Amino acid sequence: MKRVFAALGLLLFALAAHAQLTIDITTSGGRQIPIAVVAMAGEASQPQSVSDVVGADLSRTGLFRLVNTSGVTPLPTEPSEVNFGDWTARTAEALVIGKIEPSADGRVEVRFRLFDVVKQSQLASFSYVVAPAQLRATAHRIADVIYEKLTGDKGVFSTKITYVVKRGTRYELQVADADGFNAQSVLASNEPIMSPTWSPDGSRIAYVSFDQKKPIVVVQNLAQGTTRIVAQYRGNNSAPAWSPDGKWLAVALSKDGLTQIYRIPAGGGQVERLTDSSGIDTQPNYSPDGQTIAFTSDRGGSPQVYKMPANGGAPQRLTFEGSYNVGPRYSPDGKYIAYVQRDAGRYRIASMELATGQFQVLTDGTLDDSPTYAPNGKMVLYEASVGGRGQLAAVSGDGRVRQRLTSAAGDVQDPSWGPLPTN
Amino acid sequence: MKKLALYLMIAIAAAACASHEQRTEPQVTDKSTGVTPPRSTTGSNTVNPTNPNAALTGNELHSGVLAKRSVYFDFDSNSVKDEYRGLIQAHSRYLNDHRDSHIRIEGNCDERGSREYNLALGQRRAEAVKKIMTVLGVNDGSIETVSYGEEKPVAQGHDENAWAQNRRADIKYRGE
Repeated sequence: MKRVFAALGLLLFALAAHAQLTIDITTSGGRQIPIAVVAMAGEASQPQSVSDVVGADLSRTGLFRLVNTSGVTPLPTEPSEVNFGDWTARTAEALVIGKIEPSADGRVEVRFRLFDVVKQSQLASFSYVVAPAQLRATAHRIADVIYEKLTGDKGVFSTKITYVVKRGTRYELQVADADGFNAQSVLASNEPIMSPTWSPDGSRIAYVSFDQKKPIVVVQNLAQGTTRIVAQYRGNNSAPAWSPDGKWLAVALSKDGLTQIYRIPAGGGQVERLTDSSGIDTQPNYSPDGQTIAFTSDRGGSPQVYKMPANGGAPQRLTFEGSYNVGPRYSPDGKYIAYVQRDAGRYRIASMELATGQFQVLTDGTLDDSPTYAPNGKMVLYEASVGGRGQLAAVSGDGRVRQRLTSAAGDVQDPSWGPLPTN
Repeated sequence: MKKLALYLMIAIAAAACASHEQRTEPQVTDKSTGVTPPRSTTGSNTVNPTNPNAALTGNELHSGVLAKRSVYFDFDSNSVKDEYRGLIQAHSRYLNDHRDSHIRIEGNCDERGSREYNLALGQRRAEAVKKIMTVLGVNDGSIETVSYGEEKPVAQGHDENAWAQNRRADIKYRGE
């Protein structure tokens, strides 16, 4: 199990990680869609139950309530076997059935159907031919289809997250499925690792390494296991942010004095300064349309969120409430920013609607940091401090649904949510 | 396989940080107060001018005021308190007398606040110490300022006592 995938030079270790993240919903609010996810025919003999994963995915969002399926006999696996009366009696509004059958060369065919119980109609029907080892990933794809059909939003169950795990003086950059399973270590070091962030196509992660006794910016190609240093100028090199087209990395450099924002072609090339203030400018983040960069600046005396044109130019202040608003991240639709705000010594995640300037505090921690939007914009993943230890948590964009992702050991820090799969 | 990789990594990391250990004990100094550091008014004739690092193997940097390497800061502040002026002046004099010496000033923060902003704050603390040194005549090129932000606390606690120890800029000589 614990395989070394790559060992190219100092930075490249990919160990199967020890710790999975376990996700618990701590709060849920609003109306939940009652859905029955029936055990699939043939899944008992497979290494992975598909219906269990589908049910867990949907339930975790806080938007669905799983309807008890026991007592319905026989459990339907074909459309002809569905008796809608069974499910209206259990107040289910949606029903998922399916079957798994052996296919050629050791693979299996997974077929699932989604029904609207109220209208007694079929909403979706898909089949996938996969290796048995892919059943968990297939279940996530099925949950994505169901989620989109019933909520109108893209599902994010097939996405990945990355984060830093710190145990004592040992740091690991890990990549896991969005449900915390299949955690893999893609980098290990005895020096800090900070600010990992996915490239827009999900193939690379940019992060800050301290392996050279100071912060430098590195890009790691996940499939190839190769790394490339993109910024190691005099002083600090940090806070990498990808442009949406993947062509640029905005970074924070202190090579000319205090920390300022620059951009570097992601493929290598000339560095270009974007800000010119007498304070600190850092934590750049591109808007989804690539036209604007939001960032932190204390040019006005206290750290606040500003925005500027993506090729530099006159900045405009966005936050005015309080003396500490930092680390902005655009929502995928570009209409909101999530950021860290301090109020009475507590650091919490807030979101602001850019059109109105209205903001809402989403979390209730004491030392929350590093917000990152799910690619469908529905959840914000962030780092919370629990008993002095970093742990990941997630909150819905309206603050109503909260999840905690717990890890057995170590501090879990600096999450970044990956993009939607391209296929 | 995993163990092998782990050992390999530790070995590499250990080699990479071989000169990094004494940083965690910035307070080890003699307790004599009002120490006047040996003042060299004649430039580099007190050390071997062809090997500036020769001084580093001796005790000059590890005794007296030059052994003091840490400047501590108040919360949310990068202003250098008067009590550290003497320490900074002593290192400035040393650097002016040893023009081939180079230092790195490493800024640090307590754990409160956002990591990346803290990284920049630590750098500003280091920069504040550097600024005094350059005013005192030290070459800009002899000083690199970097920051560890909140990533390398010397005190692991979550209270003001620990935080006060972590709001700090450390002076490190190249070759140490």
